[in-house]
Amino acid sequence: MSAREIAEAVLDPELPVLTLAELGVLRSVEEHGERVVVTITPTYTGCPALEEMRVDLRRRLAGAGYRKVEVRTVLSPAWTTDWISDAGRRKLAEHGIAPPARIGPRAAGPVPLNLTPPPARVWCPLCGSADTVELSRFSATACKALRRCESCREPFEHVKEI
Amino acid sequence: MSDEHNAYDAIMSADDDERHWAFGTGFDDPLSGVDRSIPSHVESADLVAYCLMLADDALVLAQRLAEWCSHAPELEEDVALANIALDLLGQSRLLLSRAGEVEGAGRDEDALAYLRDEHEFRNVRLVEIDCGPGPGGDFATTIARLLVFATWRLALMSQLAASVDPVLAAIAAKGVKELAYHRDHAAQWTLRLAGGTDYSRERMIAGLARVWPLVPELFDSHEIEERLPGVAVDPATVRAEVDEVLDTVFTAAGLDRPEVGRLAAVAGRTGRDGVHTEELGYVLAELQHVARALPGATW
Repeated sequence: MSAREIAEAVLDPELPVLTLAELGVLRSVEEHGERVVVTITPTYTGCPALEEMRVDLRRRLAGAGYRKVEVRTVLSPAWTTDWISDAGRRKLAEHGIAPPARIGPRAAGPVPLNLTPPPARVWCPLCGSADTVELSRFSATACKALRRCESCREPFEHVKEI
Repeated sequence: MSDEHNAYDAIMSADDDERHWAFGTGFDDPLSGVDRSIPSHVESADLVAYCLMLADDALVLAQRLAEWCSHAPELEEDVALANIALDLLGQSRLLLSRAGEVEGAGRDEDALAYLRDEHEFRNVRLVEIDCGPGPGGDFATTIARLLVFATWRLALMSQLAASVDPVLAAIAAKGVKELAYHRDHAAQWTLRLAGGTDYSRERMIAGLARVWPLVPELFDSHEIEERLPGVAVDPATVRAEVDEVLDTVFTAAGLDRPEVGRLAAVAGRTGRDGVHTEELGYVLAELQHVARALPGATW
């Protein structure tokens, strides 16, 4: 396998159904003989998973014979959930986590203030109903909100748009 | 939920080689591999001081917010305040690392967070005061502070994203996304408390009055910022934007802007100069105690 294929297959430590490539944090993989430079970008500034990603990348690549592995972090441009791939979105839904909607680039000018939670069409990943409500914008990890389906009454997590 | 639907199975099935759990394994330099060139016209001592100002604001408030964990009015709010604290801690780690890197004296983020004394902290005094769960406030006071702080820092970071310092610009651009929902969260709670019962409204009004004396300090221009044109943001320039946002929230909540005088500077010096209220000492005692009692401890 090429260094790129190995790096792409490393799993996210907190959502271990997604690969780093599907999550959109893997920016580039450059191979120079035995040396590999992998560039990743953090999802949230405080996300402790970033360090685990670095460790996993180094270990996998070293295990495949790459003797010198450098993992670089790029902060800019900032990660957005729009970078989660279609395959990643499908896998999230298959595992009971509602994927984020696509938001596109933010308009220029001041960030708009939301005095009420903005309306969201989030489908229940268990029964498919669009009748869902947000219970909390904050959940077990920084990237997810907690919602409940009003049709099947099950709670579920939603990767919130950022 | 049946096992085949559990996205977290791999976290639980930990053998040594397939360890996926992300916590407690020690943290590496958060700026690892980031381009760290320093703009050519910049005095590095000024850049260090500026990074510490922004880092300390976030670090001290993160510690204050973490005090709410298990004390918030509902479980979801424990999680929310801890999540917001984690975002701020992340911003702080990047800024402290940047400060240590530019300083070049071998201090890393841990040395800067754990081994500086009160007078070396450059945070604004708003973030250090007890706004609950201690006797200095309650949940409404905490929401009042978060509303003011997130609104102010979002305005600062929006401008800082255009800084000529590549690291500050990148940290700011990332921070904007996070601060936007911190501000929304505080604004929505302000409306809910102000529009709830007579008692919750009374607490919200009292909370705003408690934090308001510390608000003018947020907009004081400091000599460090003045010496870093193009790199730093002069906080006086964000006052109009902050006022507009706060007035929007107050109008929607049917609240009046508090009429309370500012907390005086001490011989012209405030938090940005390392002059703090007594309360910072208590925050730092809790934050720094383990690191100082057991130097180099790991877990």
